Amino acid sequence: MAGVLTFTDRGIYCPAGDFYIDPWRPVARALITHGHSDHARPGIGRYLATEGTAPVLRHRLGDDARIETIAYGETRRIGDADVSFHPAGHVPGSAQIRVAVAGEVWVASGDYKTVDDGLSEAFEPVRCHAFISECTFGLPIFKWTPQEQLAQQINGWWAANAAEGRASILGAYALGKAQRLMRTVDAGIGPLLTVTAVENTNAVLRAQGITLPGTQPITEDVSAKSHPGALIIATPGSTTQNWARRFPGAATAFASGWMTLRGVRRRRGIDRGFVVSDHADWAGLNAAIKATGAEKVFVTHGYTSAFQRWLCEQGHDAHVVSTDYSGDDGEDAT
Amino acid sequence: MKDFAALFARIDESTKTNVKLAALADYLGRATPQDRLWTIALFTGRRPKRAVTATRLRQWAAEVARLPEWLFEDSYHVVGDLAETISLVLPAPREPRDQSLSHWIATVKALATLDEAARKSAVIAAWDSLATQERFLFNKLLTGGFRMGVSARLMTRALAISTGQDVAVLTHKLMGNWTPETTSWEALIEADDPTAVLSRPYPFYLAHPVENPADLGAPAGWHAERKWDGIRGQFIRRGGGHHIWSRSEELMTDRFPELAQLADFLPDGTVMDGEILAFAAGAPLGFNALQKRIGLKKVSAKALREAPVIFMAYDLLEAGGADLRQEPFDARRARLEAVLAEVPPDAPLRLSREVAFDSWAALAAVRHESRSHNVEGLMIKRRASPYLAGRRRGDWWKWKVDPLTVDAVMIYAQSGSGRRANLFTDFTFAVWHGDDLVPFAKAYSGLTDAEFREITAWVRRNTLQRFGPVRQVTPAHVFEIAFEGIQASSRHKSGVALRFPRMLRWRRDKPVAEANTLADLNEMLALYG
Repeated sequence: MAGVLTFTDRGIYCPAGDFYIDPWRPVARALITHGHSDHARPGIGRYLATEGTAPVLRHRLGDDARIETIAYGETRRIGDADVSFHPAGHVPGSAQIRVAVAGEVWVASGDYKTVDDGLSEAFEPVRCHAFISECTFGLPIFKWTPQEQLAQQINGWWAANAAEGRASILGAYALGKAQRLMRTVDAGIGPLLTVTAVENTNAVLRAQGITLPGTQPITEDVSAKSHPGALIIATPGSTTQNWARRFPGAATAFASGWMTLRGVRRRRGIDRGFVVSDHADWAGLNAAIKATGAEKVFVTHGYTSAFQRWLCEQGHDAHVVSTDYSGDDGEDAT
Repeated sequence: MKDFAALFARIDESTKTNVKLAALADYLGRATPQDRLWTIALFTGRRPKRAVTATRLRQWAAEVARLPEWLFEDSYHVVGDLAETISLVLPAPREPRDQSLSHWIATVKALATLDEAARKSAVIAAWDSLATQERFLFNKLLTGGFRMGVSARLMTRALAISTGQDVAVLTHKLMGNWTPETTSWEALIEADDPTAVLSRPYPFYLAHPVENPADLGAPAGWHAERKWDGIRGQFIRRGGGHHIWSRSEELMTDRFPELAQLADFLPDGTVMDGEILAFAAGAPLGFNALQKRIGLKKVSAKALREAPVIFMAYDLLEAGGADLRQEPFDARRARLEAVLAEVPPDAPLRLSREVAFDSWAALAAVRHESRSHNVEGLMIKRRASPYLAGRRRGDWWKWKVDPLTVDAVMIYAQSGSGRRANLFTDFTFAVWHGDDLVPFAKAYSGLTDAEFREITAWVRRNTLQRFGPVRQVTPAHVFEIAFEGIQASSRHKSGVALRFPRMLRWRRDKPVAEANTLADLNEMLALYG
């Protein structure tokens, strides 16, 4: 079958509609699955994204960017292609993009997770002939901690630190993971503080109607003394900045799918690792692919060679596609 | 096992020594004597005998998890630890039960008496009753290698806190040839049993590296000698017999039968610290020769002929049954020389000779010749120093010779495991041979995490071909590779094998065309091989 979508050195391309999906080089027209920086890059002529993704895009790309929006489930014709966006469950506003050309349906997943995190619109499987899937965590060693148990673990850790008079610094990616954690923890334990990058994203999400618990940005006058027993939601790179010195003796943790691995936890030199991800785990990837009914599967980033071989053994026509998505480097986009 | 798993989690999650120490002392105060004894044994490198092969464990785990074996292997490569991989891929336990550490150790030991089918069902039943973390620890008991961020020293300090005994006394009690099967908590820790002391070595004193010895002050206060490139060991002559211990507390007496005759010449109650060296015609043969002996438990006549060993003594820790460790180095040394004077010159025992020097510059010149003497550099010891336990700064220094280096081109990359599972960290390097790049070494250490992240992003974009987990990349980056030695090898395409190759720095300034050549390596081989 001729490709509804093709793979080029600029990104995933639709010849029938003359547009790209999440390209990594400047192009005239792009459909964007979600607002993380490896999927939504600057310098593109026209962007199309969901109503939930557009505010973050606007925040990141500036007022000059030409951004059009589309509702989940709405079909729009571009050239000879019918496109529609469907919830991917990755972060608020994230979408899988369905492209139909002459009865042939392909879906590009962007990044996704199948568990409902209580924040993002829940993942909806879309039937298709070909499915382009991420597989950041495409090995059977990855199994996420159930949400309820996760909440118990983080709250228990925070409460114990607070009881010892220590602050708790929890590292997480600014868009999605940070807000998910804020809604997971029990705000009754103590004050909830945020670093600038997280608070900026909070402001964008609150403005689009997403409810988050009250947070206090870490300004100059905020310290362990002014806010005893606080939980600080911080981006991974921010913990070496000046503010951290105002919380001496703080306990540190990181929230990521990579925290499954003892070696990675130890490399980070943190006190605790919580296993939580905005990507699908092994069971999630397999369930999602099965639900699409797709014969052809393309895997883009993550443990691609192993996952492709596994899918072939399960009877799929699976291929590895090289992309520039960095979801698998684990240091920032997890 | 829940208590032990909780202890493990507290130790494993913390990077702070005080937290680990408190967790251990707290656990030792609460656990049963049998669990305590096993905990000490595990943390000091003693474990139940391996009853199941790693191959079987992999097969059984893959079977229970319903995974093809290749996928289990791929997962193992990423995790980097068999026990952890198994604990992660298995489905959740169906019958969780809490049993003591000693119970699971007894289970592991009982496996040896079972036939294979019974063994398999016992292991699977255990997996089915343990949660992920406990399962990981159970697997560690099965596979051995119980390293988990607790040094024997830390273990001993915790034991001192919970028993009120002195650290030095406990350190000595914990050394030697015991296992929980041959002793009890009472006998090992509580009682003072003089016969148990016979085989016990003293804790080794370890040196720190020194960059610039001139910082140590006037040369007169210091004694220098060669840094021998062999196996550090203690020769113990007590109770009519002898024992040879390695620095890693391995009993090596039977591996070096030619040293047995030394017992005839040394008085009872003598303990020497020194180096076991392959040695012939008055000079060390180099570590390669000794390496051939290390793996052999039964030593052939051929091995004895080709790589005869000697004990190169450099310190005397006990004489006439008295502990000399508090005496100054110079005094111990003088007594060592007196002991050796009674030994016939053709016996396999030598004194590590002093390297006299009157200025640090003169000593630097001696160090410079190290490689041609098959030694690693120099040792510098304070003449007034007592013999301490463990690695302590201040009195003993090692001044190693600079490594050999070549500039090489990275041609393959493979992702790391364990700590580095999501980074490309294992690289293959090549040198020029005409217009071809010939691989000659693999290295995976020496870069910072930031550099590994940068090269990882680059590898993803510059992959030419994939061979399973290995990626062939565009030859574009030059690295300075450091190594300790070079020898001819018929197993390598390049014809050479390096000792301890690692990345010294990323030479961003160097174009690929300026990397070293195979001819350069062969020249090094001729000089130092």
